[in-house]
Amino acid sequence: MKNYDVIVIGGGPAGLAAAIRAYDLGAEVLIIEREEITGGILNQCIHNGFGLARFKESLSGPEYAARFIDEVCKRDISVMTNTTVLSLSADKKVTAINQTDGIFTLQAKAIILAMGCRERSKGALNIAGTRPAGLYSAGSAQKYVNIKGYLPGKEVVILGSGDIGLIMARRMTLEGAKVHAVCEIMPYSSGLKRNIVQCLDDFGIPLYLNHTVLKIEGNDRVTGVVIAQVDKDKKPIPGTEKHFDCDTVLFSVGLIPENELTKEAGIELCGATKGALVYQNRETTIDGIFACGNVLHVHDLVDFVSEEAEIAGAAAAKYALSGSKERSVVNTFAGDNVSYVLPQKIDKNIEGNVKLFFRVKKALEKCTVKVICGEQVLLEKKKRVVRPGEMENVILPESLVSELGGDISVVLEGKEI
Amino acid sequence: MFDVAVIGGGVIGATILRELTKYRLNVCLLEKEADVAMGQSRANSGIVHAGFDAPVGSLKATFNVLGNAMMEDYARELGVKFKRNGSLVVAFSEEELKTLKELKARGELNGVKKLRIISKEELFEIEPSVSKNAVGALLAPTGGIVCPYKLTVAAVGNAMDNGATLLTEFEVVKINKGENAFTITAKDGKSITAKIMINCAGIYSEEIAKAAGDNSFTVGGRKGEYILLDRECGDFVKHTLFFTPTEKGKGILVSPTVDGNIILGPTAEQVSDKNVETSVDGLKDVQEKAAKMCDKVPFGGTITSFAGTRAYCNIHDFIIEESKTVEGLINCAGIESPGLTSAPAIAKFVVEDLVSKFFEMVDNLDFDGQRKPDDFFNNLSVEEKNNIIKENPAYGKIICRCERITEGEIVRAIKTNPPATNVDAIKRRTRSGMGRCQGGFCQPQVVEIIARELNIPIEQVTKSGKGSYLLRGKTK
Repeated sequence: MKNYDVIVIGGGPAGLAAAIRAYDLGAEVLIIEREEITGGILNQCIHNGFGLARFKESLSGPEYAARFIDEVCKRDISVMTNTTVLSLSADKKVTAINQTDGIFTLQAKAIILAMGCRERSKGALNIAGTRPAGLYSAGSAQKYVNIKGYLPGKEVVILGSGDIGLIMARRMTLEGAKVHAVCEIMPYSSGLKRNIVQCLDDFGIPLYLNHTVLKIEGNDRVTGVVIAQVDKDKKPIPGTEKHFDCDTVLFSVGLIPENELTKEAGIELCGATKGALVYQNRETTIDGIFACGNVLHVHDLVDFVSEEAEIAGAAAAKYALSGSKERSVVNTFAGDNVSYVLPQKIDKNIEGNVKLFFRVKKALEKCTVKVICGEQVLLEKKKRVVRPGEMENVILPESLVSELGGDISVVLEGKEI
Repeated sequence: MFDVAVIGGGVIGATILRELTKYRLNVCLLEKEADVAMGQSRANSGIVHAGFDAPVGSLKATFNVLGNAMMEDYARELGVKFKRNGSLVVAFSEEELKTLKELKARGELNGVKKLRIISKEELFEIEPSVSKNAVGALLAPTGGIVCPYKLTVAAVGNAMDNGATLLTEFEVVKINKGENAFTITAKDGKSITAKIMINCAGIYSEEIAKAAGDNSFTVGGRKGEYILLDRECGDFVKHTLFFTPTEKGKGILVSPTVDGNIILGPTAEQVSDKNVETSVDGLKDVQEKAAKMCDKVPFGGTITSFAGTRAYCNIHDFIIEESKTVEGLINCAGIESPGLTSAPAIAKFVVEDLVSKFFEMVDNLDFDGQRKPDDFFNNLSVEEKNNIIKENPAYGKIICRCERITEGEIVRAIKTNPPATNVDAIKRRTRSGMGRCQGGFCQPQVVEIIARELNIPIEQVTKSGKGSYLLRGKTK
């Protein structure tokens, strides 16, 4: 059995950045990637807007990925492509399969989980109607258009206003398709504001908030959909139905971290993020197994994925080369208006500031983020506006971290928009 | 000319076709869709019933009990998974307990073995998820589960391996009875001739009989809606759980599937057309009833919902006989539940007792009833898998990541009888695309593999046959 200091599962943006960081700190690193090339989902994201935070440039997905792939190539990092990990054990054995080596098992001192996420399927929604051809997740449609060079359909309705759905509304329009509507059940879009402006508004594509698809029509291929407005309880309001003739329905109804291997290894998951429970160094509940990127929690900007992956990469190298230290743990909780906080656990013995990432439950303006411990407010920060579609953060300085007297919560006060 | 034409590639047509190939007969199967198992054998609960439901003395009762006893060997020969997981009919009131006693008595008269009424304590012990409102249950240990479309595909495949012909996209529109043979014409004008004809057309069996000149029965459609839960929830229940039948019907069931999912449903709604739409009310009904049967149903694990149309007949029993008006026409109609369970027994009866009147039945000495399971690769040891990958590296490439299906298995499904020629057909054979992402990741690759193996342009690959095209041409 071959041994590595660090095995990174997944060669997308998270895996690449984590591997580079781990290697630079002296670890022998292997990346295992199931696709033919590394870069992950960025390879099919040919639009720009990536890297504004990290490189102060607007890059396309493949360009952003290339910056990291180039760095990997400069180093002696092993990369296995076309290789799927079949199982992961708590003692860090990785069993994988590919065409040249068959099924084989490797041993690592530390593991970094960077498997990314998958799209929530239409099946999970219990939508009424038939199941004809022409129903695609937005990401599958993106793969057909940008990688395979085929157009899935010409008359399109998009259900859900996640970022990929918004991007695909524009992409399909540019390819000559007519996008009739984007329909969102919530009163707000879960996508980035800039995507709503650049992908819908600029192309005159209507966004129907508080609307859901009532029915899908067509036997062989989709022929139409019926949408309707919903009330506060998400129940359709009779009389508000609208019918669209279309040959394609795209679903952009959420992303789910892909944690089958994580579960199999016995790692504890967080109900809110659907990813592993982690410390600030992105170590999971199993010592020496780390997680970063969309497998940990769904990010909206890849720049933050890279940042998080570097934290995990550094910690994995450190663990592989010098083992673990004793912990002193407090938990973090999501308080008022906050849906989750990550990391869920803080180890006071780990040096450095702790950046607390969180998402809000509803759009608020003129708000204050507070980090509280019991009755005590440790930190306050003003935010002009916060939205569920955009991840927020607040930095807990090292001086406060080492002094934490108990569990902390992040709460948000503000005016509803 | 064929000796026998079987019309309809559902489980009944499939098992009859296979049975026919045990004899030296030239036989064919005519199927209107692009693949077999596209009607009720596709969207079906997959239950191998014990046999306590059907009225004493009915064909349903007879074939159910016979079929149940045959199913284990039958499925094994065809390499299809079967599990005798046992059924429970759950009572929620003293009155329902009384009905259970009637059911038990009826079952015993039908020849069902090992039936037992159990206390709620025993019930909660063997099925902890059952609602605490339950007061007892009828346990039928002989109840089982099988995958209806896999059984159908395997039976047709095995029949083809033994010489039968499959004609897909052959929608019968006209039947002419000549002196010694039927001329059967399809919608696109193709026609075949056959000495005798077996009508296994499910919800279309009335139309087929009428086309041949037999107006003796009517068949209607009844729509059933289902919800399927992820394999993650697979151990939620072990037995197939039924409500106690009332005058209003049987209610829905909560059951594991043989592939490890949980299935909830079906509703029962009379429909005028062959409508297979799910409805908001129907799916809500399934959820409410499932929640009545069990505590904490893991609805969060829903991966898909679907509907199917089941035939029901004005006679309320199976029709399995030679037509009284058209010589050489054998009708297998009104095969409602427990049709799947009964299929192997019906096939044996039809061939041995009905077809035998028309031909001298000479054994086909080359008949081999064994079929290599479609999921054979999955059941191998690591060493065996590695030997196969060395020989054929396509088995080392995972295409469907949720169900871990390799390119080798997909190519094999395209090349094995009955050949899979579209995305859904691949899914039914390999489970590729059947997992939690529902084909989100693997469909583009599956489409490419189909185009490559069938040597057709990628735009011609369909989801499930004619009209269900997936792509509208190249990008700019």
